[in-house]
Amino acid sequence: MKREILSFPNAPGILAAASVVGKHESEGPLGALFDLHDSTDRFGKETWEQSESEMQRISFNLALTKANLREEELNCIFAGDLMNQCTASAYGLLDFDLPYFGLYGACSTAAEGLILASSMISTGLYDKASVTASSHNCTAERQFRSPIEYGGQRTPTSQWTVTGAATFLLSAGGGDAYLTQALPGRAVDYGITDLSNMGAAMAPAAIDTLTRFFRESGMTPSRFDLILTGDLGFEGYSIVLELMKKEGYDLSENYTDCGLLIYDRTVQDVHAGGSGCGCSAVVIASYLTDLFRKGEIRDVLFLGTGALMSPLTVRQGLSIPGIAHLVRITKERMF
Amino acid sequence: MTLLLSLLKAFAVGGLLCVIAQLLIDKTALTPARILVSYVVAGVLLTAVGLYGPLVDFAGCGATTPLTGFGYCLAEGVKKAIAEKGPIGILTGGLSGTAGGITAALTAGWLIAMIFPAKPKK
Amino acid sequence: MNKRTYKDYASARAAKSDTPKNCLFAFLVGGGICAFAEAIKAGYLALGTEKETAAILVPCTLILLTAILTGLDLFDGIAKHAGAGTLVPITGFANAVVSPAMDSRKEGLVPGLGVRIFSVAGPVILYGTLASVLYGTVYCLCGAGGAI
Repeated sequence: MKREILSFPNAPGILAAASVVGKHESEGPLGALFDLHDSTDRFGKETWEQSESEMQRISFNLALTKANLREEELNCIFAGDLMNQCTASAYGLLDFDLPYFGLYGACSTAAEGLILASSMISTGLYDKASVTASSHNCTAERQFRSPIEYGGQRTPTSQWTVTGAATFLLSAGGGDAYLTQALPGRAVDYGITDLSNMGAAMAPAAIDTLTRFFRESGMTPSRFDLILTGDLGFEGYSIVLELMKKEGYDLSENYTDCGLLIYDRTVQDVHAGGSGCGCSAVVIASYLTDLFRKGEIRDVLFLGTGALMSPLTVRQGLSIPGIAHLVRITKERMF
Repeated sequence: MTLLLSLLKAFAVGGLLCVIAQLLIDKTALTPARILVSYVVAGVLLTAVGLYGPLVDFAGCGATTPLTGFGYCLAEGVKKAIAEKGPIGILTGGLSGTAGGITAALTAGWLIAMIFPAKPKK
Repeated sequence: MNKRTYKDYASARAAKSDTPKNCLFAFLVGGGICAFAEAIKAGYLALGTEKETAAILVPCTLILLTAILTGLDLFDGIAKHAGAGTLVPITGFANAVVSPAMDSRKEGLVPGLGVRIFSVAGPVILYGTLASVLYGTVYCLCGAGGAI
């Protein structure tokens, strides 16, 4: 069998993680865990695109402060967002004089960045690197859906783009948790064309990556304290649970989704749950790193899920491909 | 009493035209923009075959306020212009019949955009 | 599970809109807007406005009110529940003109606001006009006042 799982020798540790969110996220169940929020969602900026960039900049600075590091001690920045040409990242991190890789993995960007940065660090090319990902509800609405003040009705399967940015500082020297293994995702297209049902569009990618991981590693789901997908929402979460069971993997004990954790769907009007690059990024940077720090979890699979369409491909009637990058995060180094 | 009756008629007919669109939204993949376009075109065609005029006579604003009414104005404008000026009315009638609404929307849209910033969705 | 069966599976299991509730709201709000329009028409007529002028003033009044509600960030909150009830009356058209204009002001008065103000109004006016040209042509060919 072709070996596809990356096992990082000298696995990089998460030295620090910082999260910055908007109003809805701060009012959600994880609200108290985020480092900073702005109830206006504006972060003092004129345009929503600049607000998103500013969130990235703040999260980057906060992470540096938390780790007690200076900018020049980092080797490189990996960052991404949902905007055309990845501008939220480029403009947000413009001030830092560091080599910069702009990534586009749709909502899987945080996981994609963590894998790439880990590869560089574990092979010894870099000592420390940062990973930043963000999304903003208003910039995503403008780009992918409709004008902010447009009066439309959302369907029950639609998701709410998270306003949030998170930065992870990874170090060869270690940290609160280690990026031990990874399995890069493959683009999977099962023909979903409904832009309001991204969960269903991305679920096959998550299933593809998970089954490949379990098959190659020989491990079973029950071995992990938590299996966490990025932003499948209730729709995609239910599909993964059901179809993985058919594949012979029972996830019912320890599987959840960042899009379900970040909002309270019974109170907040977010329909199927959260989505966007910021969704998994801020949940991993707050909730998950917190659990690792407290020692409540030791071995976790995180799958950053993304939908790789653009407004143009949607107008042209193409279906929505999904992707899911898997990262195994452990309390201790394993290799 | 006649006012109350005309309000009721407007309410019922206008409400029903909205329900048809709601069923289209819920049961088909039609986007709101496509529904608006379909309603205007349907208004023109229904007026052309002589069905919409009687509905306007019956329900008043219940038939003219929905976007089918916009189509009705386009068709009526063409008919009137042709009657007054001949075939050139094909080109001039439609937009003259709807000039008020279009101009009001564009003017209000521009002014509001200059005054108010967009706020995040709640 | 293959591509074909997955699409059917996903759409079959997808949470459905509450159509009866949506239709009720659409009926009440849409009907209410139309009745309100009828009431202001009666008001204009009572003030001595000519019937033809009133027929233009009524939609213009609704457009203006919608524009203000949109500007004050109130319209999308109503439309979320009303659905087609605010979409189908002229209010939906007005909101579709005002909201992209507000949204794109920062991209410039010509390339931003000037272009995007027509994002929904453009197709509505285009296809409405085309339909009216088709109607006018047929009307002329059949002889004005003839068959149609």
